[in-house]
Amino acid sequence: MNKIKIFVVLCLVSTVAFAGGYRVSTQSNKQLAMGHTGVAVVNSADVLFFNPAGIVHLENRLNISAGGFGVFSDVQFQSQEFGTMAATDSPAGTPVYLYATYKLTEDFAVGLGIYTPYGSNVTWPTDWSGSHLVNEIELSAIFIQPTLSYQLFDSVSIGGGPILALGGVSFNRNASRTLTNEEGDRSNIAIDDAGVTAWGWTAGLMFTPDDHFTLGFNYRSLINIESTEGTATFDSFPNSGITGIPENGDTSFTATLPLPAELTVGMSYKWDKFLVAFDYNRAFWSEYNSLDLEFGNGVTSINPRNYKDSSTWRLGAQYEATEKLTVRAGYYFDESPVQSGYFAPETPRNDSNGYTFGLSYQVTPKLSIDGSLLFLQFQEITESYDFFSDTGSSVPAPFEGTYKSSAFIAGLGITYSM
Amino acid sequence: MMKNLNIKLIALFIASAAIISCDQDFDNAIEDGGVYTSGEADFSKYVTVGNSLTAGYADGALYLNGQLNSYPNIIAGQMQFAGGGEFNQPLVNDNTGGLLAGGIQIAPNRLVLASDGMGAPAGPAVYTGAAPTTDITNKVPGPINNFGIPGARVFHLAAPNYGSLSGVLTGTANPYYARFSSSESSTVIADAAAANGTFFTLWIGNNDILGYATSGGAGVDNNELSNVDPSTQGNNSITNNNVFAGVYQQLVAGLTANGAKGSLVNIPDVTSIPYFTTVPPNPIPLDGPTATFVNSNYAQYNGGLQAAVTNGLLTAAEASQRTINFTAGQNFVVIVDNDLTDISGSPIPLPSWRQTTANDLIVFPAAAVIGTLADPSNPGSIIGVAVPLTNQQVLTTAEQVRVTNAQQSYNATIEALAAANGLAFVDARAALAQVATTGVPFNGGVLTSTYATGGGFSLDGVHPSARGYAFTANTIIDAINATYGSTLPTVDIGAYSTIQLSDSVQ
Repeated sequence: MNKIKIFVVLCLVSTVAFAGGYRVSTQSNKQLAMGHTGVAVVNSADVLFFNPAGIVHLENRLNISAGGFGVFSDVQFQSQEFGTMAATDSPAGTPVYLYATYKLTEDFAVGLGIYTPYGSNVTWPTDWSGSHLVNEIELSAIFIQPTLSYQLFDSVSIGGGPILALGGVSFNRNASRTLTNEEGDRSNIAIDDAGVTAWGWTAGLMFTPDDHFTLGFNYRSLINIESTEGTATFDSFPNSGITGIPENGDTSFTATLPLPAELTVGMSYKWDKFLVAFDYNRAFWSEYNSLDLEFGNGVTSINPRNYKDSSTWRLGAQYEATEKLTVRAGYYFDESPVQSGYFAPETPRNDSNGYTFGLSYQVTPKLSIDGSLLFLQFQEITESYDFFSDTGSSVPAPFEGTYKSSAFIAGLGITYSM
Repeated sequence: MMKNLNIKLIALFIASAAIISCDQDFDNAIEDGGVYTSGEADFSKYVTVGNSLTAGYADGALYLNGQLNSYPNIIAGQMQFAGGGEFNQPLVNDNTGGLLAGGIQIAPNRLVLASDGMGAPAGPAVYTGAAPTTDITNKVPGPINNFGIPGARVFHLAAPNYGSLSGVLTGTANPYYARFSSSESSTVIADAAAANGTFFTLWIGNNDILGYATSGGAGVDNNELSNVDPSTQGNNSITNNNVFAGVYQQLVAGLTANGAKGSLVNIPDVTSIPYFTTVPPNPIPLDGPTATFVNSNYAQYNGGLQAAVTNGLLTAAEASQRTINFTAGQNFVVIVDNDLTDISGSPIPLPSWRQTTANDLIVFPAAAVIGTLADPSNPGSIIGVAVPLTNQQVLTTAEQVRVTNAQQSYNATIEALAAANGLAFVDARAALAQVATTGVPFNGGVLTSTYATGGGFSLDGVHPSARGYAFTANTIIDAINATYGSTLPTVDIGAYSTIQLSDSVQ
């Protein structure tokens, strides 16, 4: 018996949440441990995020779950042609979530979710060889989602709700490859905006033909983070009256960053103590054509992105190993939305394989502790960003090199039901 | 029992996690070494000897960022991927440039490109945004790897007392070398040889022709004079070819005495630098009536030339060469040419004037005066039309021949000594000629020698910009790799700066 359990654990391990762009799939410890599947999995209040149609299926009247993660990612860059190299020293990201659901009647439930599905935290060494593209970027978005869920038929439930997004961005890069002030300090532009709000929505459907099989659909809408109230800081520009050289100091800026729509379909099959789940995500990144910054002092910065829609295939399983311990594992393949020639070091992500696992320990019948781990592996890739050119030059200056990314995420959460 | 199993299963998870979490490095990490090789060369201690080009001098001054972007510093950075060690330069204090001696300024600040106040560039100007702080009386501690001495001619490198602090004040020594000379009487070559490098580069000889060229041929040609005494070869003269060959051989012998490998760099053409190519030989636009009027003022001079031919003072050909004739459109300027037959003391006392031809080179500083009035109260005193450019403002074709003859002799010496000693030979002449003619494409543009905008040269019009030095470094790296089988990477010259903008000027 024990041998079988050990075997199952190993299988789970050998078979994981980051996604392309600046999407960070860390919205549940239980589900991250299963490859961040969940559109057809009713484990806890976490389903509010994965599929709002699922909260009416929760057995208990009140369900609360909360948790957080440490995201430790690093990217190395080198150019064998020129002998340049750099490695990021990014601060740990800390996505968090909180979900609460309450069943008003047997076929009607309400809930509230707060979670952080987008974020990026990349810090390159200041003035590194790609500093004209990015020195440092920090993106964050908090989603607040009130949710209703209704059992439409015996086998079909629906759910949905509005999303209030609170976004923040700070971004710093050098003005060009070579511009400096008289002291030789690189001319630099930084933008910062903390409190952008925007609205979106989500809707889901869950089909449960029998006790074993569940099918789920979920759609989350595009949300454009339009930054207009922030501050741009121009620093270390030379004291020059030549056209095109801005004055140092603060000015305003406008920029729009899309948080793309996402469609998920998936299924799960439960058999005794065993549950397997499969999700397919389609993220509509093609919305992200170009990052255009227009500054109050007349300077503009057009940065083509040309992202493509991209898919993620997720597989996860859980096994109730003992009465108190549930183990989980998962795998996903995450397709990068970044196209060749648009590989900018601000989101240096290529396709990746995620390996996840985790477990829940039932402390009391009402309270469990959930832990999860994700290892994200990227192939080494030689790529370039081809759409930069020096001021006044019509000849593009591609920034090319080899990137190797890796990420490790560890999370801890609690689940409470009564 | 159940609790025990829970703990064991958790431990199994953690162990498995540790196994999956490896694999975070490049297959071939530059940082770990092994990507680039040194071939037959040993880059562990790189020593370089030369003049201002080796020092990283730019924009008419030696300043910190210029030194950090000197071609030897760039090469040393790349050598570090293949066994290269520390590379110490006698760094100045600041980016203002300029030198002090006991608090008194003895060399000017760097040049920056100033604006005209209406958004367009006005031209080079001396930077005054910060005071110079480098005092030559503060000796730079060693060890030093870069023995590039701005202003040095070939024989200066072997001259005792060239780094004497007291000699700087009396004008017999070099302030840049005085900052780090090992003693009052030391020589550059002895100090460099004592550094005991395993690899060296030597680029010297530019000033041996450049002083003559930039002064518009104001000095003498020591080859014509057969003068082989180095102590009498003045700053505006051309160094005698035999003096050059003798001292150069001595320098190579000093640097290779310990068996070090290295590379020798030859001397570029003066026509490769914007100092001589920015001002066209025909910079004066005139309309028809003005040309006719100006010509009437030269009728007497032109008539005198014909009289001189009749009297046998001039050949018909020279009289024709000296005849002044302006036309509608762009016009060649009137200059003083000391290589013309001097008939000023003859019965027909005409000055040695002629108009430029397409092959004369007008020096960059003349741009500021051509077309202006020599006498502000006299509207007829336009420089280049009524008042000739001085001998110092034009490198005439005859003067260019002297420069080229010496340059070819120097370059033959350099190439022969490279071959004889098994050293890498760097054809900087060909490389810079390519910059000046077709330009050199790079990641983000084309490097040319066009003043201010071409990217290759700093604002003094003679010394490269940081980008120009990076291109030079790449040229030398290519020659080193070809000779010694090393695989040093070149640098991305687009990442190196060109000229500094600033309105913090006088």
